[in-house]
Amino acid sequence: MANDTFEPKIVGFLCNWCSYRAADLAGTARIKYSPNVRIIRVMCSGRVDPTFVLKALALGADGVMIAGCHPGECHYIEQNYKAMRRYYMLKHMLRALGLEEDRIRLVWASAAEGQQLAEHIDKFVEDVRKLGPLNWPANWQENGERLHAVEAIAKEHEESLEVLP
Amino acid sequence: MAERVGVYVCHCGSNIAGMVDVEEVARWAGANLKDVVVARDYKFMCSSLGQAMIEEDIKKEGLTRVVVAACSPHLHEKTFRRACENAGLNPYLCQMTNIREHVSWVSKDRAKATEKARALVAAAVERVKHQAPLEPFFVKVNPATLVIGGGIAGLQATLELADAGYPVYLVERTPSIGGHMAQFDKTFPTLDCSACILTPKMSEAGQHPNVTLFTYAEVEEVSGSVGHFRVKIRKKARYVEEDKCTGCGICVEKCPRKVVDHDFEAGLGYRKAIYTPFPQAVPRIPVIDVESCIWFERQKCRACEKLCPTGAINFDQKDEEITLDVGNIIVATGWKMFDCKKIPQYGYGRLANVFTALEFERMCNAAGPTGGKIVLRDGKTEPQSVAIIHCVGSRDSNHNEYCSGICCMAALKFGHLVLEKTKAEVYSFYIDMRTNQKGYEEFYHRLLEEGMHFVRGKVAEVTDAARRPEEAGKLIIQVEDTLMGKQRRIPVDMVILMGALEPQADAKELGLKLGISCSMAGWYTERHPKLDPVATMTDGIFVAGVCQGPKDIPASVAQGAAAAARVMAMITKGDVMIEPVVASIIEEKCSGCRICNNLCPYNAIEYDAEKQVSRVITAMCKGCGTCVAACPAGAITGAHFSNEQVFAEIEGILWDAVHGNGGAGVKEGQPVSA
Ligand SMILES: Cc1cc2nc3c(=O)[nH]c(=O)nc-3n(C[C@H](O)[C@H](O)[C@H](O)COP(=O)(O)OP(=O)(O)OC[C@H]3O[C@@H](n4cnc5c(N)ncnc54)[C@H](O)[C@@H]3O)c2cc1C
Ligand code: SF4
Ligand code: SF4
Ligand code: FES
Repeated sequence: MANDTFEPKIVGFLCNWCSYRAADLAGTARIKYSPNVRIIRVMCSGRVDPTFVLKALALGADGVMIAGCHPGECHYIEQNYKAMRRYYMLKHMLRALGLEEDRIRLVWASAAEGQQLAEHIDKFVEDVRKLGPLNWPANWQENGERLHAVEAIAKEHEESLEVLP
Repeated sequence: MAERVGVYVCHCGSNIAGMVDVEEVARWAGANLKDVVVARDYKFMCSSLGQAMIEEDIKKEGLTRVVVAACSPHLHEKTFRRACENAGLNPYLCQMTNIREHVSWVSKDRAKATEKARALVAAAVERVKHQAPLEPFFVKVNPATLVIGGGIAGLQATLELADAGYPVYLVERTPSIGGHMAQFDKTFPTLDCSACILTPKMSEAGQHPNVTLFTYAEVEEVSGSVGHFRVKIRKKARYVEEDKCTGCGICVEKCPRKVVDHDFEAGLGYRKAIYTPFPQAVPRIPVIDVESCIWFERQKCRACEKLCPTGAINFDQKDEEITLDVGNIIVATGWKMFDCKKIPQYGYGRLANVFTALEFERMCNAAGPTGGKIVLRDGKTEPQSVAIIHCVGSRDSNHNEYCSGICCMAALKFGHLVLEKTKAEVYSFYIDMRTNQKGYEEFYHRLLEEGMHFVRGKVAEVTDAARRPEEAGKLIIQVEDTLMGKQRRIPVDMVILMGALEPQADAKELGLKLGISCSMAGWYTERHPKLDPVATMTDGIFVAGVCQGPKDIPASVAQGAAAAARVMAMITKGDVMIEPVVASIIEEKCSGCRICNNLCPYNAIEYDAEKQVSRVITAMCKGCGTCVAACPAGAITGAHFSNEQVFAEIEGILWDAVHGNGGAGVKEGQPVSA
């Protein structure tokens, strides 16, 4: 549902070397863009654990953006390719959960591309605005278990892999 | 025990306060965020007074964690970490959040900007509570340095280090050091003779007691990390024993096989099957080119062996593998020229009198194939008119988007040489004239006065299809003159293509061995484009010269010296601090699946076959965190970016979604400047 007054909340995971610096540059150049994306710095897009994305959505984000260096320009050589693989896996996962896969987006921005990053952010905010609120946590709120539900998933996953010393 | 968090919100004059209600952000944090015991705003947090305020609070209020909401951590993280350390708090217990570059400077709406700033502060507060004290660790620095590439940049770096008293290994791929500068005749803008300024440096490097040269050699493998790299180099067989050869050159003289020299002479001259690339080569020890040697072709000849007075020729020589231990590495591998055949409409390779810039350099050189005479491909006719085409393969979206930087100046240099040595008319076809270094614009004016013709426009075609009688037998330049606003056809005898500087064909491959990255174009990426231009993301590896991006000789020399200075600082200090932002594996949790082993780009994860667990080699880990995200058992933790820390940060950043807005309000109409 498109909704003019709806302001999506979006979490952005930006790699330290390219895209975080692109966001710094957008600032230095006073480029204006939507305030809806809140930025978390990670060392590399390869650090973005799929559970980060799910956790953000589960806690009330309407969308998640991952930004890294261009393919071939990752400061850790090629870890953004790993981010790319996980991104497609995550899209599958969202579909399987019955969520719109377009609530997540992976973009590339080099340290010199403040303008491009700002454009990516504006575009994504508009696209998520069109999708409407996600309300994922609201479903859990009904049974008062929203945070625990997410934590339980991670915990079960860990336990299932626990090996005896 | 609950943490005691201090929150410090900076006005940055009006830079932040003009768009974000900083007082409200501080008030809100103090009132709503758990464990926040002090929340203040201040005009300039980074000033000494701001820092003193934090230090005092740490001591008086017993803060155990500090959050600074200000500018980018890339600017001031060190400042605030130091302040914490001064007050006895571990620097990794301080977290910065960026409400200037990421909030005030990019927002238009005060209320929304303030809301975003609150979210970022909440994120930092939640995160910092999970941060752990970390201690940087130190490794010893081996005082020996490896320099890869013996062009002017590599030579400069080598000599600076050697003169300072440190051992240097210089690895050069071709049989001699010198690089491209050795091919040139004159150098712009001063027109001093290239060999006269280069050869002293070459022989100094060849004779210096602290320099070990490995020419005709390449880097095979690099392991280890800053302070203690181990490098395997392969020294290709020369078939000449270096300790016996005196460099007399009889072998070269007597060798019956002559082939076109596509390397040093750029295809314009010849060499023998056994050769030194040029007379002043360092070392002067020749090599046998297996491809052209008659012995390797059909087991005949061995003339050189028979005639060598010292018996230095050895047809049984094998490639040699040498292992070097060094503390730092300087990469100075330079450039190669764009293959001008890729632009067929300019006719290189098809029209005889179209030359590349490198061919022309050799032609001008008094020691070159024509003895310095400017002549057509027939080897005798002097041209009456010469066209120089700029930006061949540069500033061209079909080939390379970047500007090669030096070609305009090289074109002017060529113009001067043609005017000096012949009676020809010279035309330059340029898109923009780029002469932006010391003495360059003056050189351009000099050429305008000397009578070189300048036509602004990108050449469409070079053709030999004459349309008018005066075009017969000539090469015709078809161009739109964008200053006159009309199409022109200019007949000339000779065309010079200013081919682009391109990264070496194996730049990416070498980068992978060293663990350094390249830009899309293939130039090595510096740590910071402005503030750290010769370091790379990999500690202990530096770049210098054109391999980092097109530049002229003075800039290459400056970078060579800068890289050497950086290395010297490391050697003098003796040990190097390693940021403790690294991964580690909890052995009890590791299932030994080895998924992480291949994920690490630095091979920092080894497998202990006996215990059947993986282990991170801390000194090699660069802390990207990819393995942390990948381990199915959750056995890997990433210091300073652990799952708990990032999860807490996510929870904080969505504070309003989780808790509602906590009674936040925004005061309107705060003065924009103090
Ligand atoms: C036509 C032309 C004319 C020019 N004229 C001028 C001028 O007049 N004045 C001026 O200031 N600049 C001039 N320049 C620019 C100048 O050529 C460069 O600035 C200079 O060559 C840069 O030196 P370098 O050491 O970085 O690279 P190079 O000179 O390219 O040296 C690199 C060295 O590294 C070696 N190498 C490469 N890869 C490896 C490897 N993997 N392992 C081991 N060794 C390796 C190469 O064999 C080479 O010896 C000109 C350029 C061109 C194209
Ligand atoms: S991925 Fe995890 S479980 Fe598998 S080997 Fe690496 S540390 Fe051990
Ligand atoms: S964090 Fe990155 S560099 Fe360190 S061991 Fe893991 S994959 Fe390798
Ligand atoms: S460092 Fe930017 S994507 Fe890896």
